[in-house]
Amino acid sequence: MKTTAVNLTEKEYALPGNRTCPGCALSLAYRHILKALEGQAIVTVPPSCLTVLHGMYPITSVTVPCVNTPFASAAASATGLLAGLKALGREGPTVVAVAGDGGTYDIGIQALSAAAERQTDFLYICYDNEGYMNTGNQRSGSTPLGAISGTTPVLGKQQNPKDIVAIMEAHGIPYVATANASYPLDLYEKVKKARAIRGTRFIHVFSPCPPGWSFPFNNTISIGKLAVEIGWVILYEVEDGVFRLTSASESIAKQGNLKPLREYLGQQGRFRNITEEQIEALQRWVNARWKRCLDRAGN
Amino acid sequence: MAEKGSTRILDGNNAAAQGAKLSRVQVIAAYPITPQSPVTEKLSEFVEKGELDAQYVAVESEHSALAVCTSASTVGARAFTASSSHGLAYMHEMLHWAAGARLPVFLACVNRAIGAPWNVLNDQQDSISQRDTGWIQIYARNNQEILDSIIQAYRIAESVYVPVMVCYDGFVLSHTEMPVNLPSQEDVDRFLPPYKPHTILDPANPRNYNLVTFANPRVNAEGVLCHGYMELRYLLQEALQNSRETIIKVGQEFGEAFGRTYSSTLWANRLDDANTVIVAMGSLVMEATVAADILREAGHKVGVLGLRVFRPFPKADVVKALEKSRLIVVFDKNISYGLEGATCSEIKSALYGSSVRAVIRNFIVGLGGRDVKARELVDAVNRSLLSAKEDDLTREYPEWICAI
Repeated sequence: MKTTAVNLTEKEYALPGNRTCPGCALSLAYRHILKALEGQAIVTVPPSCLTVLHGMYPITSVTVPCVNTPFASAAASATGLLAGLKALGREGPTVVAVAGDGGTYDIGIQALSAAAERQTDFLYICYDNEGYMNTGNQRSGSTPLGAISGTTPVLGKQQNPKDIVAIMEAHGIPYVATANASYPLDLYEKVKKARAIRGTRFIHVFSPCPPGWSFPFNNTISIGKLAVEIGWVILYEVEDGVFRLTSASESIAKQGNLKPLREYLGQQGRFRNITEEQIEALQRWVNARWKRCLDRAGN
Repeated sequence: MAEKGSTRILDGNNAAAQGAKLSRVQVIAAYPITPQSPVTEKLSEFVEKGELDAQYVAVESEHSALAVCTSASTVGARAFTASSSHGLAYMHEMLHWAAGARLPVFLACVNRAIGAPWNVLNDQQDSISQRDTGWIQIYARNNQEILDSIIQAYRIAESVYVPVMVCYDGFVLSHTEMPVNLPSQEDVDRFLPPYKPHTILDPANPRNYNLVTFANPRVNAEGVLCHGYMELRYLLQEALQNSRETIIKVGQEFGEAFGRTYSSTLWANRLDDANTVIVAMGSLVMEATVAADILREAGHKVGVLGLRVFRPFPKADVVKALEKSRLIVVFDKNISYGLEGATCSEIKSALYGSSVRAVIRNFIVGLGGRDVKARELVDAVNRSLLSAKEDDLTREYPEWICAI
């Protein structure tokens, strides 16, 4: 049965009253991730906005067990949890590493790549707010070209982000997917599917950040939707090598064209200094990736 | 009690692997580095042959090795890793984490110099550089002590919830074969029961470990005041301070079970009538013993104090052992740049306020695998004897036994 807003479980594992900023996409995404796992998970988290969400000792807002771990080590920590559970004959709960883009694209990629190469039986979820938002918005390997950040304060970032999902797919793991906090049911379905698969599973969750990206906090959902409509985010999954567009991206592929990127950029203060050349370069980057996805989807 | 078990000819790395196997480690994660590599090769062989029922994780870095071990230990598994030199330095963050999380993880440190420049040979700069991470550090003089210390280390770690590092000199011990008594598995099982974890990782009883903790105590949802960061740090220090008692008790019980007693934090050789004491750590203690014998033949009353336990630093034991000394000559295979050898500083610190009023001389020796000959130790002690004066108790900086 397809999950809808009507039949989605009401049970909450990420309780209200957490410490994230107003309009935090991670907060919404994490609720649905834990719902899809039905709380039957052991989570490991490197320092990130999720650490803030989890709260301050001795109070936590989340009802799944969690092991905090240093920045570079999310995937290694997950490996250790699995090894420990296996050694003690306690397999069962899904081991889930949840890290931001800094902890995934940058400092955590070595441990993540190695865990995937070892075919570690875990789910890795990267929530991507396109920068080091927990430390006050510095550029990461995921920050888009032209975006102002704490460490690209005047000129904006001069490089495109890396395609972490393609990198993970290249490890030959059984499941990779992209998701978006503005499409929580698509995210829910993907986590649910990933939960049932053995081996390394990787889900990338686009997570708009109102303070970091400079947009009103009541626009999180619309920014996330617009990101799909302009093709910055493409919702898809690759299961055992089979590529499939999902949700809104599937509809856009069937029904028409992407909206122009300019509309998306104009709604975020971080792009206030972007140049015409950079907009054109970004548009080319978006178009090329969209075409690759359409080709793979057989459209 | 007579020794039991069987005697084999083993190098230090093999002795370490045998110690881990006898301790029934459940999760092993390690990354190869000279001179540690044979430990992990041997353990992977035990696992692949089915001789050891453990999860062997071939990680991509030392940082990940210790991350695997800390998380596996949080689940409740007995975890083992080993490293040297740059690998240990690369683990630095995780060393703090393992101790801060109060996990009884074990690490075999095969002591090796640190670059630049590159050098794969022995000194103790690597483990000394990690002395402030909250780990118990035990140094072995020979391969038997490596094996015995590992078995004891798990008992100690799992009693006081502090990780333990057993350090042994690269190549000098790691690649040198000597007779080692292997206790029987049954006897080790009796001595070392399975680990009973103090952490709970269970969706039915969710806990969040090591989340952000304020400096000050804070009330929980039930209104109970819980520790702040500083109280947690105090408790780690208290655990280290109190661990001496556990280390000695475990050493004595080890003696009762296996016939080799480790009833002190120190090794004392001919100290009873000694007014000159050589202080050293690791395999250098054996060399120092040879030097002391030579000096005795020349009519000097020389003894040797070997530091077996470096953290917790056994201050009271050291003071007692040195109470008759008039001259203390400390040989360090490490240097705290800008000051002196680390063990010399610790010895001086221990003696402050005691009744011991001895001349102290510090020599830096054996860095980067530089051979340390008993004759050189003898010369250093002879020079110290000549310069030992009441108005020249200590020197600002150490002397180096090298070509400069």
